[in-house]
Amino acid sequence: MLLLALDTATPAVTVALHDGEAVLASSSQVDARRHGELLLPAVDRVLKEAGLTLDTVTGVVVGVGPGPYTGLRVGLVTAAAFSSALGVPVHGLCTLDGLAYASGIDEPFAVATDARRKEVYWARYEDSRTRVTDAAVDRPAEIAERLAGLPVVGAGARLYPEAFPDARDPEHQSAAALAALAAEKLAAGGEGFLDPLPLYLRRPDAQVPKNYKVVTPK
Amino acid sequence: MAADEPLVLGIETSCDETGVGIVHGTTLLADAVASSVDTHARFGGVVPEIASRAHLEAMVPTIERALKTAGISAKDLDGIAVTAGPGLAGALLVGVSAAKAYAYALGKPLYGVNHLASHICVDQLEHGKLPEPTMALLVSGGHSSLLLSSDITSDVRPMGATIDDAAGEAFDKIARVLDLGFPGGPVIDRLAKEGDPKAIAFPRGLSGSRDPAYDFSFSGLKTAVARWIEAKRAAGEDVPVRDVAASFQEAVVDVLTRKAVRACKDEGVDHLMIGGGVAANSRLRALAQERCERAGIRLRVPRPGLCTDNGAMVAALGSEMVARNRPASDLELSADSSLPVTDPHVPGAHHHDHAHDHDHVHEVSKENLYS
Ligand SMILES: [Zn+2]
Repeated sequence: MLLLALDTATPAVTVALHDGEAVLASSSQVDARRHGELLLPAVDRVLKEAGLTLDTVTGVVVGVGPGPYTGLRVGLVTAAAFSSALGVPVHGLCTLDGLAYASGIDEPFAVATDARRKEVYWARYEDSRTRVTDAAVDRPAEIAERLAGLPVVGAGARLYPEAFPDARDPEHQSAAALAALAAEKLAAGGEGFLDPLPLYLRRPDAQVPKNYKVVTPK
Repeated sequence: MAADEPLVLGIETSCDETGVGIVHGTTLLADAVASSVDTHARFGGVVPEIASRAHLEAMVPTIERALKTAGISAKDLDGIAVTAGPGLAGALLVGVSAAKAYAYALGKPLYGVNHLASHICVDQLEHGKLPEPTMALLVSGGHSSLLLSSDITSDVRPMGATIDDAAGEAFDKIARVLDLGFPGGPVIDRLAKEGDPKAIAFPRGLSGSRDPAYDFSFSGLKTAVARWIEAKRAAGEDVPVRDVAASFQEAVVDVLTRKAVRACKDEGVDHLMIGGGVAANSRLRALAQERCERAGIRLRVPRPGLCTDNGAMVAALGSEMVARNRPASDLELSADSSLPVTDPHVPGAHHHDHAHDHDHVHEVSKENLYS
């Protein structure tokens, strides 16, 4: 097994190689504005560090979000193109699940990432492997009560300390955690992956124009 | 690898068409297009986020469809070309990311190319090698430019451009005033055939003796047409839609063809190519033909399917890049929503010698996440 994992749903552009036993190499850069520029060079770097080439990869793991759209699409289309060019499967995972897995927390908690527009993407977990709600997007104040007393993992927690006073690590997504989670799932029979389709959780901003603007001066 | 007839796959996602073309030199092997135009219709224009979402959905299936149609294996390709700009930042990024991934996975050189230069180069698939130099009039919903190129892979010089609306945009806006839906080009073309182009004397923008010879302006025309219609409506009279369409269309194509022919004469160029979505307009084609003939200029207009945005045009330019040994792009290639027309392609960092390259990186990046 050789998994190439990548996630661009958060400000982190993160890539990792996993052979089913351990992470062979990984790269994470936090730069919310340059996903497109950073991803492929990171893939190249990780492969070179491991002394491997892309055609030895047996599967691609991708974080499907939720996340801001433009960055999210970079990872998803890259994973889909690798899959098509190499003839290997793509395994989709919820980006929040990667953060949850990396936290290693063994009690109920939540994950929250920055959704901009004063909102967070979030979900609740029973433990680091078990998500108990669908990912959602809300204003911190609207969910603070429901998550009261729970540790909250991810950058969304740090951004809104009033709503989430018990912020926990990690702050950023890592493809290494995503790859390890995928390897675990594959070893257990390959259940529980998502289709590699984006979780936007919001409709596109678009308004139907009411009427054309009259140009005749009143 | 075939030195003079490279096999290249081209990806175009600068606006609302997901296009993938495959060419072998100047021979078109496949031209697969998935359009999201219907989704945008009710908004009266292209909504960037809707376009980007549609590109992601359609991207890989469209590439696979093109490969199947061409009957080739991706392993046989000599290169992968992609529109690096100009265009909608988020939309471009889907194509650029896909192209990089394919190029990397297949070990093929990557060519980030200019959308406008591609519109010119596509004519090679229809009429053979581009004459050098070539004068090109590019008219669409996004651009109205007059360009002169002595080598489509390295030298594209802007002669003139619109100072306000693009020609295609004017068609869309007038169609909206007349309640004809979106896009406006085809329906106005159709109605105009039954109208009188001389019925109403609409203004010809920037046509005075002291105006810039090759620049265009359609904003004043658009306002004049809207006012004329509003005056009719205010007076309780019927709006003669066919005559308005014909007279408006005539004003647009009159200016476009007059300036294009003049540029050819001034520069001593005996070929004119017309590309972009508005090149599908039947009156533009007819009037250009008439005026070119009178001036002794050979007119080259690709068939409508190659005039609108498509992947074949990107592949055509990519193939020319390979044939002429132009340096490939590198894996850091970014989508550049305002890539200057003077850059036919975006060579890798080792070849960066254009000062402006760096100005554009952040301009694109602003929109990178949330557009
Ligand atoms: Zn175009």
